Formats: sequence, C-alpha cells, structure tokens
Amino acid sequence: MTLEKLIFYMLAAVIIAAAMMVVTRRNPVHSALFLILAFVACSGVWMLAEAEFLAIVLVLVYVGAVMVLFLFVLMMLDIDIAVLRAGFIKMLPLGVIMAIAMAAELILIVGPGNFGLEQYAAPVRHAADYSNTEEIGSVLYTVYMYPFEIAAVILLVAIIAAIGLTMRKRPDTKYIDPASQVLVKRGDRVRMVSMDAEKG
Amino acid sequence: MIALSDYLILGAILFAISIAGIFINRKNVIVLLMCVELMLLAVNINFVAFSHFLGDSAGQVFVFFILTVAAAEAAIGLAILVVLFRSKQSINVEDMDALKG
Repeated sequence: MTLEKLIFYMLAAVIIAAAMMVVTRRNPVHSALFLILAFVACSGVWMLAEAEFLAIVLVLVYVGAVMVLFLFVLMMLDIDIAVLRAGFIKMLPLGVIMAIAMAAELILIVGPGNFGLEQYAAPVRHAADYSNTEEIGSVLYTVYMYPFEIAAVILLVAIIAAIGLTMRKRPDTKYIDPASQVLVKRGDRVRMVSMDAEKG
Repeated sequence: MIALSDYLILGAILFAISIAGIFINRKNVIVLLMCVELMLLAVNINFVAFSHFLGDSAGQVFVFFILTVAAAEAAIGLAILVVLFRSKQSINVEDMDALKG
C-alpha cells in the first residue's frame, strides 16, 4: 500500500466517522463542529485528487463562512433539545436500514467492478509547476463566463433575501435618526419671544 | 494508486449517512440543513473524482457553482430559520403547520 493510498483511507475514515457523529450527536453545536471536521478532511481528499483550488475554497467558504454562520445561528437560538430528540430511537432502525440498503446499492454500481483501475486508469500526476487555479480560471472566465455572472447574481439575491427576511422594525427602541438630527433648524428648537420688562 | 471507485464509494457512503441523518433527525431543522450540506459534499466528491480521472476541468467548475448555490441556500435557509424561531419560539418541524399541509 502506497503512502498516498494510506492518506486517502485515513481521510476517508475521518470523513465517515465525522459524518456519523453529525447525524447522531444530541447537541446541534457538536454536530456543527463535527461537520467542520468532515469538511476539512474532505478538502484533504480533494488535494489528493489534484483539485487544490477547490480544496482551499472549501475551507475558506465552507468552514470559514457557512459553518460559522451555522454556529452563529445555533448559539443565537434557544433550542429545547429534548423535544427535538423525541422520535430519535423510534426512527433509528428505519434510518439505518435505509442507509445500509442505499449504500449497498450504490457500492454495487460504483464499486471496483465498474469503476476500478482497469476501467479508469489513474491519471498521470501533473508537474510540480502546474497551477490548478490557473486552469480553472482560464475556463471560468471564458467558457463559463455567463454561468459565472449568474452565480454572482444568485449571491446578490441571497444577500438581499437574508437581510430582507431577518430585518425588523422595533418601535420600542430609543433610536434617533442621525439625518433628522443634522437637518434640524434653530427655529425647531428655540422660540424667540419679545415681552415687556417688568415694572417696579 | 487510488482508484476512481474509492472516491465514488466514499461519496456513496457519505450520501447514505446523510439520508439516514434526515430520517432520524426529522424534527430538528438545523440538523436537517447540515445533512443537506453533507449530501452536497458527497456529490462534490464525485464531481472532483471524475474531473481528476477524465482530465476534464468542467467537473471542478461545476463544483465551484455548487458551492456558490449551497452558500446562498444555507444563508437563506438560516434566515428563514431565524424568522421562524422569532414567530414560533421553536425549530421543530411539527410546529410548522400553518399551511395545513
């Protein structure tokens, strides 16, 4: 067994163990942390498949942004875990049977018989000065320009939708509009009155 | 050498685990969202593996777009979750019955 294969199997074992923990942990915060572990191990697997750019993007975007957002929302909500776990044991056998049946079917199809090294020979490794980022960039900004722009619009829509959904007017706060403060005139605050001086 | 089937089997097992996760955590919306993220990860492993073995960078570009859409989906899903929690004080799927479906 080569070192490469050993690293792959170790990373795969970490991914599968972390995924098991994600779906079985009682506390959703632990689930989120194990999901982060799964993503980091998966980025190692992508490194082995020579997708270096995507491996780094997975850590930056998924671990750095999406999972932090998950943790942020989890900490903000006050969740009653006991109620959410009520049907856990009841559904566990069905879930396990479904998973085993599905995994067995998929492995029969994608196993070494159909997708082994005889059918798909391992590709030759690229040279040390090969840049995966350059290769992706050279097709992303030419062939896939239009989908790339659509992706940008999707992200813009997501930003606006997320802000629009969660923003709310709170009438009980003592917030003062700075614009109206700046625009205030002397006449709005001070009234000049002229009156006779008192006698005697 | 690592065979293509090794990557595909890893993706298949990960996908099956996340299906089981949706079954056994069917009341907790936030764990359901995490299971969906795991499924997308399983699919992305397959895309990256095929891209590597067929020598075609289209698969990696596709993963890039899946990551984009998944980030947007997670952001909107969590925003909906926050709004839901504000109105119902719960993230239990069984409390979401306003449409009487």
